[in-house]
Amino acid sequence: MGKKLRPAAAPEKKLGSLIAVLLLVALYVFLFMLDNALPTNSTTIMLITVLKKGAIYALVCVSMNLLNGFTGLFSLGQAGFMLIGAYAYAIFSIPAEQHHSVYQYFDGGLINFSIPESLGNLLGENAGNFLGAIICIIIAGLVAAIFAALIGIPVLRLKSDYLAIATLGFAEIIRAIFQWNGLGRITNGSNLLRKYTNFHDIKIQVGGTIFQLDTIFPFFIATLSILIIVLLVNSSYGRAFKSIRDDEVAAEAMGINLFKHKMLSFIISSFFAGVGGALLAMFQTTVQAMPFQSTMTYELLLIVVIGGIGSITGSCIASFLYIACSEWWLRFLDSGSFMGMSVPFFRDGFRKVVFSVVIMIIVLFFSRGIMGDKEISFSGMIRKLRRRKQVKATVADEANQGKEGETHE
Amino acid sequence: MSEFLSANLPYLLSGISVGGQYALIAIGYTMVYGILRLINFAHGDVFMVAGLVMVYATASLPIPVSLILVVVVTVALGVLIEKVAYKPLRSAPRMSVMISAIGVSYLLQNCALYFTGGLPQIYPAVPFLSEKIKIGSATTTVVTVITPILTIFLVIVLVTMIKKTKVGMAMRAVSRDFETSELMGIKINNVISMTFAIGCFLAAVGSMLYFTNYNSVIPTSGAMPGLKAFVAAVFGGIGSVPGAVIGAFIIGICENIIKGLGWTEFSDAFTFVLLIVILLVKPTGIFGEKSTDKV
Repeated sequence: MGKKLRPAAAPEKKLGSLIAVLLLVALYVFLFMLDNALPTNSTTIMLITVLKKGAIYALVCVSMNLLNGFTGLFSLGQAGFMLIGAYAYAIFSIPAEQHHSVYQYFDGGLINFSIPESLGNLLGENAGNFLGAIICIIIAGLVAAIFAALIGIPVLRLKSDYLAIATLGFAEIIRAIFQWNGLGRITNGSNLLRKYTNFHDIKIQVGGTIFQLDTIFPFFIATLSILIIVLLVNSSYGRAFKSIRDDEVAAEAMGINLFKHKMLSFIISSFFAGVGGALLAMFQTTVQAMPFQSTMTYELLLIVVIGGIGSITGSCIASFLYIACSEWWLRFLDSGSFMGMSVPFFRDGFRKVVFSVVIMIIVLFFSRGIMGDKEISFSGMIRKLRRRKQVKATVADEANQGKEGETHE
Repeated sequence: MSEFLSANLPYLLSGISVGGQYALIAIGYTMVYGILRLINFAHGDVFMVAGLVMVYATASLPIPVSLILVVVVTVALGVLIEKVAYKPLRSAPRMSVMISAIGVSYLLQNCALYFTGGLPQIYPAVPFLSEKIKIGSATTTVVTVITPILTIFLVIVLVTMIKKTKVGMAMRAVSRDFETSELMGIKINNVISMTFAIGCFLAAVGSMLYFTNYNSVIPTSGAMPGLKAFVAAVFGGIGSVPGAVIGAFIIGICENIIKGLGWTEFSDAFTFVLLIVILLVKPTGIFGEKSTDKV
């Protein structure tokens, strides 16, 4: 009985997901080419940087959107959870013989093993790096999630702006703890963590040839994570989140356990922020607590706003746009010249000024962002196209009938 | 006790001084929050801009003129921000206004980064304020002594103004009920501009005192004092001016004593621990009024 009640999947939906999968496969083939086959010149290097960083930011922004856009919890702790993820990843993947030089002020540190390395000894170096990195990334997410669970107990009782300021405060506390010399044997105090497994170490060996997976790897993790978030948002939990966002009192009256669902959203969002932090650590090849300040959270929040609060595709598009502009397309604003002409006020930092003005314009006049709270979906597009065709056909039919009527008269 | 005091006198003094400076910023937060229910994230950055204006003004103008210029520019900036970034969003959800405030903060920091080229700007020595003075066993600058006195004087003036004058009455009315006060013929836009002007005036005075102590201005130097001042405002009960001042002094003193105990890394974190504790134990702060949630 239950099965009959569920409507059969519309043909558009099947076709739409097929197109999405095909596009994704094409993207991955392209990324693979980019890593291995295409020549390295300034354009491809730029492209690779933008793609890697864009994928990482997309993941972090989507995780922030889950909290701010879908659950309506205005949290500003994202940078803190990314910091935890980045550190957790780095700590567990610094090779044993490097501990001595990385933790030079803390006599070699406390943790004297590296997961990628231990796995490497068992399975061979490449497989060890690949699996080890994934395990470390999951650990990074879990550590961030555990912190979130602890922080969530007091913080999630607070409302709107108090929640924002309290999460911001916790992010600062986390930063202070990680910079504290007392934990130096684990976190290396305020010094850099380095020499851990990064994107360049992720390779795969097929037969005798070794393929680089530099760019595919962050994409793979990001796609997987975003997919999980999409599934979550579309599940009954997701609907509960949205109802909390729209009206807490009504949601509670409908029998939704507010605290439990808020906690769930907070933990999951932090988990993926931790994963994003781990990827960022891999991207940067060094980690320090200093840059994970409130400014970073603000930047992420503004990307989410540009994409549209409550739109996952919007966050992804906005992340890639933002990264492409800041790393590549708008570089000329900082360089002092534009198409050969020298422009005196184009100097360091002008790019960011232009950026922030654009962001203010979006916030003030286009507050719905690029996507509003809508999503891009191929099945939706196909449905629209078909409907348009149908309408055209019926209009044409009616016109023909009218003509026939005229000739009859 | 006296031994503890004499050992920690320098920290205590600088704590009181920093507390006074936080208090001057905190008043801006608490008044704006009282009226607009908005955490004005840009306030800390306005404070930083006031410092930069002083640096650039003294490059070509004598100090007294610069001081006046700083106050005028800061007040104008604050009112301008309100008109451009917050007024169009008056009927929008609270989250949008807060995002706009974060956007303004981002803009001000980036502009500062552009103009300074990322280099720390050395704050000019204001002749009288930066002179050395000896109190008990501790040597310090005049500004340390002047700050609490000036702060308390300004707060008394402000509180009298809020209690006695017509503008003050209008402010109290608007913070109680936005729409009703509009119906009573209060021009709320003027009142809001006035609030921002007062807040920014105090921030400008605060910046003169603060940066005389710290010597250099960088684009992010407003962020932390701003957040701490906000915590002070919450601690004292947001919307209450005396509460904010007391909160700021407590934060300033505790922070410096923590530094004195050798826990410098945690002096910033302490503020936020205090915030979270107060939000959990008494969310309305020391002097805050209880608000009820309506469906």
